[in-house]
Amino acid sequence: MSNATRTSKWSWLFLGFGFFFLYAPMLSLIVYSFNENRLVTVWSGFSTKWYGALMQDDQMLAAAWVSLRIAFYTACASVVLGTMAAMVMTRMRGFRGKTLFSGMITAPLVMPEVITGLSLLLLFVSLSTWTGLDFARGMTTIWVAHVTLCMAFVTVVISSRLAELDRSLEEAAMDLGANRVKVFFLITLPIISPALMSGWLLAFTLSLDDLVLASFVSGPSSTTLPMQVFSSARMGVSPKINALATILIVGVSTIGVIGWYFMERAERRRQAEMQAAAKQ
Amino acid sequence: MPYFWLLLFFAVPFLIALKISFAKAAIAMPPYTDVLYWVDGFPVVKLRGENYLYLLGDSLYINAYLSSLKIAVVSTFLCLLLGYPMAYSISRMAPATRNIALLLVILPSWTSFLIRIYAWVGILKPNGLINNYLMYLGLIDSPLKMLHTPIAVYIGIVYAYLPFMVLPLYTNLVKHDHRLLEAASDLGAKPWQAFLKVTLPLSKAGIIAGCMLVAIPAVGEFVIPEMLGGPETLMIGRVLWQEFFNNRDWPVASAVAMVMLALLIIPIMIFHRAQAKEMEGKLT
Repeated sequence: MSNATRTSKWSWLFLGFGFFFLYAPMLSLIVYSFNENRLVTVWSGFSTKWYGALMQDDQMLAAAWVSLRIAFYTACASVVLGTMAAMVMTRMRGFRGKTLFSGMITAPLVMPEVITGLSLLLLFVSLSTWTGLDFARGMTTIWVAHVTLCMAFVTVVISSRLAELDRSLEEAAMDLGANRVKVFFLITLPIISPALMSGWLLAFTLSLDDLVLASFVSGPSSTTLPMQVFSSARMGVSPKINALATILIVGVSTIGVIGWYFMERAERRRQAEMQAAAKQ
Repeated sequence: MPYFWLLLFFAVPFLIALKISFAKAAIAMPPYTDVLYWVDGFPVVKLRGENYLYLLGDSLYINAYLSSLKIAVVSTFLCLLLGYPMAYSISRMAPATRNIALLLVILPSWTSFLIRIYAWVGILKPNGLINNYLMYLGLIDSPLKMLHTPIAVYIGIVYAYLPFMVLPLYTNLVKHDHRLLEAASDLGAKPWQAFLKVTLPLSKAGIIAGCMLVAIPAVGEFVIPEMLGGPETLMIGRVLWQEFFNNRDWPVASAVAMVMLALLIIPIMIFHRAQAKEMEGKLT
């Protein structure tokens, strides 16, 4: 028993250190966003004036609006495409080009963003020259770039859910005369809906966060929030950015915790139902 | 449909980048016009190797590649060193606490990457938190230079990528059968022996996945060296960025990207195999 307690003491030490390392910087941002002083790290009193200043900053607000819209559309498209890709990956075996397809799904997960961004930009430019159409870079091109990246993440999330899915439910529905489309919408989709939800949230946050891809493919009218933050952060630390950071951290954490809570609840309910079903 | 999307927006762009990397920088390229509006000016027909020769000829690029690899490898190792015990501890918790601990690991990776890096600027800068605190304690008289040093870059990478190391490790470790450890201990193995001989080899897949997930993007990292590193911290992602945005030399930037891709293709394939195995393992 002494072994077990010693292990757990070490565990808590490592975990404590790890979590301190992960959270202390974020906490410091939050605390100093309420600092009255213009010098971010010199405390001189509590104030919310930087939040007021942030709300006056039209450029920042416009960028935030652009980012939110892109993130919303990206998340929706990534979930649709990612679900299709996940169905293909888990359900279809050995079709032509499967290796290439699965490679193209995992590669964006790790591909350095500078490479993806540069290549996509060159694609848009070449498309314009070849077709003669004007693929003006802006929100649409950022959206395309983000969907390409986020779809890969969504596919991984959804296919791990699909792989665990009990196929006998689908087969039973099929035996009862439902066609494939009906089975998908009535059986498969509701079961994987928590995964769809978390995939959507993941895509949304990834898109909201991306600087590199957006910088490569954006146009003059489409400065995203990270681009705006980056250009002001380059100038030096500013309390306004701290205020913005606090809003983002609190907002994203809230969404994250809520999403996690629903996932947990759905999962527990599902397990309870499974047990109940097993007993009958 | 996702197939075509990926083909069009992921595979084809690489071919175009590859092609342009063999092109010559056009003289027509206006140095400071809006990049976003001119679209022609690529003499793309002839394959020219000069961009690659240029990369080879200039020690800046070779050094940048080498130092990116070095920074990526070292920070991946540090991540593993910190992440493995964390993943291990979480995997041995009771399921309810485990989920909360896991959420705490994932949560930072949802909040803005840029902002988390920016937080370190405030902490490390000469009149930042650490220096203020150390001076307040009287341990140092003048501020230590921490921002714009390689150390800051290491901290940034470990900090930003730690969740990506912990998650695959956890997924792997949580599946382990604890009876194996009990068996090892019954056979007289000390805890550390059991760990080295049982747990560590069994978690190999998780270690590989975690390391690849950290190391590959870290090689091409731009934001971290730009914000935390000094001018002497050469990383290839930053070189590519400067080549593209500051020098407006698209062909050389493409060549830089292609060489980076060639360096990373083997790790990416290793990662892909681990990922495919993971997906198939769940299927059976």
